[in-house]
Amino acid sequence: MNLFDYVRPTSVAEAVTAAASADAAYLAGGTNLLDLMKGGVRHPGRLVDITKLPGLDAVETLADGSIRIGALVKNADLARDPTLLAAAPAVAEALLSGASAQLRNAASVGGNVMQRTRCAYFYDPESACNRREPGSGCDARGGDTRGQAILGWSDACIATHPSDFCVPLAALDAVVEVAGVDGSRDLAFDALHNLPGDDPSDETALRPGELITAIRLPAEVRRFAPNARYLKVRERTSYAFALVSAAAALDIADGVVSEARLTLGAVAAKPWRAHAAETALVGRPVTAETAREAAEAALADARPSGDNADKIVLATRVLARAITLAAAGTPERMPALPGSVFAAVPAQTATGAIHG
Amino acid sequence: MTLTLTLTVNGERREVPLDDARPTLLDVLRERIGLTGTKKGCDRGQCGACTVLVDGRRMNACLTLAMSVDGAEITTIEGLAENGALHPVQAAFVENDAFQCGFCTPGQIMSAVGLIAEGEAGDDPERIREGMSGNLCRCAAYPGIAKAVADAQKRLADNERKSA
Repeated sequence: MNLFDYVRPTSVAEAVTAAASADAAYLAGGTNLLDLMKGGVRHPGRLVDITKLPGLDAVETLADGSIRIGALVKNADLARDPTLLAAAPAVAEALLSGASAQLRNAASVGGNVMQRTRCAYFYDPESACNRREPGSGCDARGGDTRGQAILGWSDACIATHPSDFCVPLAALDAVVEVAGVDGSRDLAFDALHNLPGDDPSDETALRPGELITAIRLPAEVRRFAPNARYLKVRERTSYAFALVSAAAALDIADGVVSEARLTLGAVAAKPWRAHAAETALVGRPVTAETAREAAEAALADARPSGDNADKIVLATRVLARAITLAAAGTPERMPALPGSVFAAVPAQTATGAIHG
Repeated sequence: MTLTLTLTVNGERREVPLDDARPTLLDVLRERIGLTGTKKGCDRGQCGACTVLVDGRRMNACLTLAMSVDGAEITTIEGLAENGALHPVQAAFVENDAFQCGFCTPGQIMSAVGLIAEGEAGDDPERIREGMSGNLCRCAAYPGIAKAVADAQKRLADNERKSA
């Protein structure tokens, strides 16, 4: 790890001023940043430790009914928060499907959202990576592409965003509160992460030195609470990043979907909101057939970025199954294996047809 | 630049001068305070061998910058036994043969103490396995570990009932 300057500001204003230099990085839980620094992937000249900043560690309901989650709330605490569990259970399920209990106790809301791709070529300083070093090339092309994108990728970069938490946030139209030296602003969650384009090193819409202070969920997310799930396929039962994941939140009236919110994870450089699939589902009951048709609409534009065409099939099936699980109802108690395909399937859908 | 790190480790207040802010909590515990019970396995947050309690919550000491927990209370494996009597989780690991080589064991035990304090797993074997998934055991002593955690959980709950 390189030597760095270490500062511990006591207010957001102090923090954004301290982070104004180009090679500064914010430190919260550190679960991703320290790993990257140990691996020689990141070499910040200054760490701005925001862990002691006041006022950023609460989950509160605002006057308009929206839920404001402070950026320093730990992933584990958010997943257990009664307000969140009642209003947006799929967010809790996604959080609990990610990492380990130790990491969730350390990792913050803001840090989860700002975590970097787990592309092995990004993590290996000896490999060419346009995301890590603009213009150096992309060794992931033609390499191991199992974890790489099938949507929204470019010739410059085929990496995916690894967060589980971000997938339901995108589905639920979350808002990101950001502070900078020029003041504060709100950002639509869907506008936070950039697709790679020609310069994948430009990863987010944040300006240099800007700090995420909170994430808000609109009051209307409660409509989806009775029918909201997160589903994640990974290479072991627990404690692994997603190969493909999906968040499905449905508003069902008289057996017919009146509104659907569907997002895929680990298929692109950002959580992939599937608007076409949402439209395909509205006005119809959820059946094995309508779920599959919606999922196929979500993947209509997908194309393999290498030897990973199987992920298109996998993503179609995972989304169809997430829709079916959501329609069956949010479980009263968090499943023993949150987000897992190995969790018990509700009786009314245990027909085998959910695999599409 | 000299920094002073203040920690309460296993009930004892420690002031550790640091040349710079690079040391992790794991390195401070092992190299500066001399508590080598906490193990360095992967050093990248993947194996759980370095699990300690920070203000009562289990965390990976290897991914925790020591200065970022300045002022915290740390509990390590050395701080569990009281007056020479094993902590119920330690005793349950012995009774259930929940280890082979023993390298991951301090981390497993600290993680189990954290899991039981979280109070969500109960004696459900699947919830225990999921709750312990951040601790790898390359000897694959997992059946014994899961059983030890369930036993310890039951014992601690019984103790609580008796003292209530």
